[in-house]
Amino acid sequence: MSGDNEDTQTADETTLDEKEVQDKVISPEKAEEAKLKARYPNLGNKPGGSDLLRKRLQKGQKYFDSGDYNMAKAKIKNKQLPTAAPEKTEITGDHIPTPQDLPQRKPSLVASKLAG
Amino acid sequence: MAGAGGGNCDVQWCFSQVKGSIDDDVAEADIISTVEFNHSGELLATGDKGGRVVIFQQEPESKNQPQCRGEYNVYSTFQSHEPEFDYLKSLEIEEKINKIRWLPQKNAAQFLLSTNDKTIKLWKISERDKRPEGYNLKEEDGRYRDLNTVTTLRVPVFRPMDLMVEASPRRVFANAHTYHINSTSVNSDCETYLSADDLRINLWHLEITDRSFNIVDIKPANMEELTEVITAAEFHPNQCNTFVYSSSKGTIRMCDMRASALCDKHAKMFEEPEDPNNRSFFSEIISSISDVKFSHSGRYMMTRDYLSVKIWDLNMETRPVETYQVHEYLRSKLCSLYENDCIFDKFECCWNGNDSVVMTGSYNNFFRMFDRGYRQDVTLEASRENSKPRSVLKPRKVSTGGKRKKDEISVDSLDFNKKILHTAWHPLDNIIAVATTNNLYIFEEKLN
Repeated sequence: MSGDNEDTQTADETTLDEKEVQDKVISPEKAEEAKLKARYPNLGNKPGGSDLLRKRLQKGQKYFDSGDYNMAKAKIKNKQLPTAAPEKTEITGDHIPTPQDLPQRKPSLVASKLAG
Repeated sequence: MAGAGGGNCDVQWCFSQVKGSIDDDVAEADIISTVEFNHSGELLATGDKGGRVVIFQQEPESKNQPQCRGEYNVYSTFQSHEPEFDYLKSLEIEEKINKIRWLPQKNAAQFLLSTNDKTIKLWKISERDKRPEGYNLKEEDGRYRDLNTVTTLRVPVFRPMDLMVEASPRRVFANAHTYHINSTSVNSDCETYLSADDLRINLWHLEITDRSFNIVDIKPANMEELTEVITAAEFHPNQCNTFVYSSSKGTIRMCDMRASALCDKHAKMFEEPEDPNNRSFFSEIISSISDVKFSHSGRYMMTRDYLSVKIWDLNMETRPVETYQVHEYLRSKLCSLYENDCIFDKFECCWNGNDSVVMTGSYNNFFRMFDRGYRQDVTLEASRENSKPRSVLKPRKVSTGGKRKKDEISVDSLDFNKKILHTAWHPLDNIIAVATTNNLYIFEEKLN
């Protein structure tokens, strides 16, 4: 297989490589699947299934609950509220979002460069 | 080849114009998200991630240069949608314009539907080239006159003025979609249109904004059982009762609105059988249909999935009549394309005016055309390097084998950040609009 410089090749995948070179029976797609499963052994078996679709349906979901935020502020009092990591991607779960975490969405005031 | 939009085999494409900045640093708002010609081809609209619409108008052909088709210049630009935050659902609503659809022209004004994830708007674009002058009670600058100075009565008249193009929102169709809108389509009756999100399709009347009819609902009672979503929908070009919608599982369902109010039961289902031996982790993902378009004739429809374009005869549900490979060499790169999310890119496709050629985009700013009659295909590139006026585009080739010929580009050298997702073909002539990330290229047939 061209361009395969994996350090984490499993024994199975090596066998797969050899098989492909010899038989050319394994389709390129299946070979790619084996590569993916080798890199992410915890990957579920339902690729197009509900997890992927539900992630797609939830696009744009941000979490800010003012009740949670104020209660947490009251409990912690003097202590700092935990803040999100600098590269905040998903603000959910253990971290309590703050208004500052939500990126400010302002409308474009600049004209499109296509019209320039 | 004579005749507008004829077979592609001896059409040579040449560069005409490019719009947008040369800057390599692309602001997210400038990412083009949709491109659409109007029904006459005189107007070309683009929408971007910043919620802005830019409309270009073709200059009339000049008598001096009859061989040169008119250039497209900016006609109007406006902010169609703005970012919103739904506090109730904690949902950020992007202002990105997902689709623009022109209405057929009925009077002097032009109308288009533009939509973001949640709200569809009907915009009226009208020209003003005269203004009233000579009011009795107002000065020319609008200030009210002192009534004591009014001694005579005159009739205001219209005088010519510099052309002004105004865009105004005439209807706002909101609050009808829980999920993200992916398509809108105007019915051939010119009175209604559909809007489709991931799980539902609604039917609207263009005049009525406070209600819409739900005509398709594929939301399961238990969301854990969700297996597929709607990816695109379109009305038939001349049968006002017929529409199709495509799914993430690679199927297309055709519905007839005369059959029942709720079209959950399809009239036809188009699906190509899959070889179970070839099934892999990626099979379903790459079979997801990213675009569906009826031919102008209404006899065929075209679908785009990750690696191919398929033409279906509406009379045959069992398999497509034609399949064209867009970039088959990517099949052995699916693992990395999954990791960098490129496998989820949604490419669109389009027909030429007489349905003889279809076009779609690819990576590295390549786009592909498939001539159905002559069974030929070509790969072209939209780049600033080939942007000398009227320079002919040279066909490009991706080398798949070990040996790379001169002028070919290897698969590993392709730039996957340079994707052409949106293309449009003039309804009558061989003029195409191709959108790279933030530039709009216009190419036309070389006329001798």
